[in-house]
Amino acid sequence: MAKRLTVSASPHVRSHETTTGIMLDVIIALVPALVMSAVYFGTRALALTAVTVGSAVLCEYLSRKIMKRDNTLGDLSAVVTGLILAFNLPATLPLWMAAIGSVIAIVIVKQMFGGIGQNFVNPAITARIILMMSFPTAMAKWIVPFSSAWSPDAVTAATPMAVLAGVTGGDVSAVEGLPSLTQMLIGAHGGSMGEVCSVALLAGALYLLLRRVISPAIPFSFIGTVAVIMLIAGKGNLQFLAYELLGGGLILGAFFMATDYSTSPINRKGRIIFGIGCGLITAVIRLFGSLPEGVSFSIILMNILVPHIERLTTNKPFGYEKPEKKKEEAQA
Amino acid sequence: MSKLIGGVLGPVGHGRGGVSVAHNKNTAELPVERMPIPARVVLPMQQHIGAPCVPTVKVGDTVAVGQVIGDTDKFVSAPIHATVSGKVVAVGDVKLANGLITKGITIESDGEMRLFEGLEPPKVTNRQELFAAVRASGLVGLGGAGFPTHVKLNTPPDKKIDTLVINAAECEPYITVDYRECIENSKNIMDGVYTLKELLGIKNVIIAIEDNKPKAFKNLKEIADLDNDRGDEVKLMVLKSRYPQGAEKMMVLSATGRRVPPGKLPADVGCIVMNVGSAAFVARYLATGKPLISRSITVDGSAIANPKNLRVPIGTNIQDIIDYCGGFKADPRKIISGGPMMGVAICDTNAPICKQNNAILAFADRKGTVKRERACIRCGRCVEVCPMGLMPTLIERYARIRDVDGLTHSHTNVCMECGSCAYACPSGRPLVQYMRLAKQVLREEGAK
Repeated sequence: MAKRLTVSASPHVRSHETTTGIMLDVIIALVPALVMSAVYFGTRALALTAVTVGSAVLCEYLSRKIMKRDNTLGDLSAVVTGLILAFNLPATLPLWMAAIGSVIAIVIVKQMFGGIGQNFVNPAITARIILMMSFPTAMAKWIVPFSSAWSPDAVTAATPMAVLAGVTGGDVSAVEGLPSLTQMLIGAHGGSMGEVCSVALLAGALYLLLRRVISPAIPFSFIGTVAVIMLIAGKGNLQFLAYELLGGGLILGAFFMATDYSTSPINRKGRIIFGIGCGLITAVIRLFGSLPEGVSFSIILMNILVPHIERLTTNKPFGYEKPEKKKEEAQA
Repeated sequence: MSKLIGGVLGPVGHGRGGVSVAHNKNTAELPVERMPIPARVVLPMQQHIGAPCVPTVKVGDTVAVGQVIGDTDKFVSAPIHATVSGKVVAVGDVKLANGLITKGITIESDGEMRLFEGLEPPKVTNRQELFAAVRASGLVGLGGAGFPTHVKLNTPPDKKIDTLVINAAECEPYITVDYRECIENSKNIMDGVYTLKELLGIKNVIIAIEDNKPKAFKNLKEIADLDNDRGDEVKLMVLKSRYPQGAEKMMVLSATGRRVPPGKLPADVGCIVMNVGSAAFVARYLATGKPLISRSITVDGSAIANPKNLRVPIGTNIQDIIDYCGGFKADPRKIISGGPMMGVAICDTNAPICKQNNAILAFADRKGTVKRERACIRCGRCVEVCPMGLMPTLIERYARIRDVDGLTHSHTNVCMECGSCAYACPSGRPLVQYMRLAKQVLREEGAK
């Protein structure tokens, strides 16, 4: 025999799915929303994305190098983190601040905890929250779509969520400054560069669901919980409900960030609990909090609870029966 | 005879479980060919789960086909018979395909295939005689596990068995010997089924076949329909083709809807599961008295010049079998004894075929057989596909830090090493290897 035989543990066939392939699917799913944000906010949106993705990749490379670990750029997860971070930022944010966001996401949140699969909170969301606290003004400068995000004195506008925060009782018909529902759907309103266009995000989400990259458990329980609470809070006003569901980062958060593998439970039961928890916190912050938007905080809070959720929801093995009979015997 | 359609793989509570693996049943239409008698055979004394046999012949003895050459008085075991006639040339250590070294007997064939005098059909009229006859035949589970069949059939009297499940699922890719058995020896199968049913006093028989083998199903049904006057107690069932449909516990669930609890056997829920080839062998043995001296194997894979289904004497050298199939048409990079999902990668073809071997597969490239190993991304695919409802990635973590409590609470020992988790893992983690490590850790810590 000329060549040596490979001896390895079974199975000797493997599926074609790879980590890189999964991340590539996520990138593909984010492309429509990226294109739409370039339409609304111009080339500034693309420049911002280039900076976050570029610095995320650089951070990943350097931190692996410095820690003398193998290079993990090939799994494309740094690209995904960079993209999602950009989606969470206003298009006008100074580029150096965006780069700081990438450093926080990759170096502190991801690599210092051991790299892909080991971080306990979502890197992009943590970076967004730290940026919000560090640069509150820059992180809340929402410009009107189609005005140039490059110019320092672009017209700014409140986000629909900020407007809605002043609404009580769900009657939205008389509220001034709210975009129309069509505008909400196609994204022609103020907000983070990637969260505005609901249609593009939903198209990407559908792609991920069909490719089975994400399971429907988290997004559906998340959005469903928000919907139920908002229906009650809005006294059944469907218009109010529609604004709540399309506005803010709910769709982006529920489909693309809460579903992050590393920071969400591993089985279906846990995922449903996780999604409901995210929905509850989001709704409570939106209705009662001083912040207009709560998706990021809800996800990060639930991220922290994941180990506890998992402990409560471990799978029971095939054919497992609760050992009740033994107790009865012991009592008898 | 009626037909049942059903068999959704997987416990309802944990999703469906299992994976879709490319079937690659390339040899399905190749009739089983008889291989010429090899010049020598090597017969290991352990070709089954349980106690090894002790050689009953010595170097220089002349033996005939079907003569007992190894036996033991232990219950969980099966005797070894000479598979060619000739002279015993060695009794001692032999190397098995998986690298283990065990005691074995080497026989040089005289080419005559002289039958041992005194081989005659056993008289079987009741359970005890059946168990004795099955033991004497040397039969072990031909599906791959190699559990002595007489032990499996001899269920304790307190366990009431009402269903015999005949396993013709053959869910492993490439292997087609059970399929060929259904096509070529369907009469034997049905004879075996009725004999076992009557002697064991089992009410229902379910013959389960995956839906990718319609011809085998049709064939069995035609024969079975001839026996309609015997009542409707033997049923044919079409199962969904999904790996690991043929695993014993999955089979019981798909065929009867019953769940075998962790650590229990099918007998605990009133079932006996038997491979279709084993059932056919029982019929042949009771008719002829010829013990288990040969078996069918599939020889396939991208490195094999002429893939075949072969009937070979047990103990035939693997290299001889490959040479008979035209040798390698390309340098083999991986050779597997058994199927690609649960088979063993072998490092040397100079080893004998044992009773439980059902395939020799040789592949010319490693592509598709190994995947680059990356860190676990907690995607949950292993949890989703585990037919036993386990959490493989969690067990891997516990195994690596030797956390006995974690391993116990994760029900590690329920794992049957079907390989679905490792198949599905996008990060290419060798999860089956970790499962074995986990069980090893539990054994070691339990022994302390």
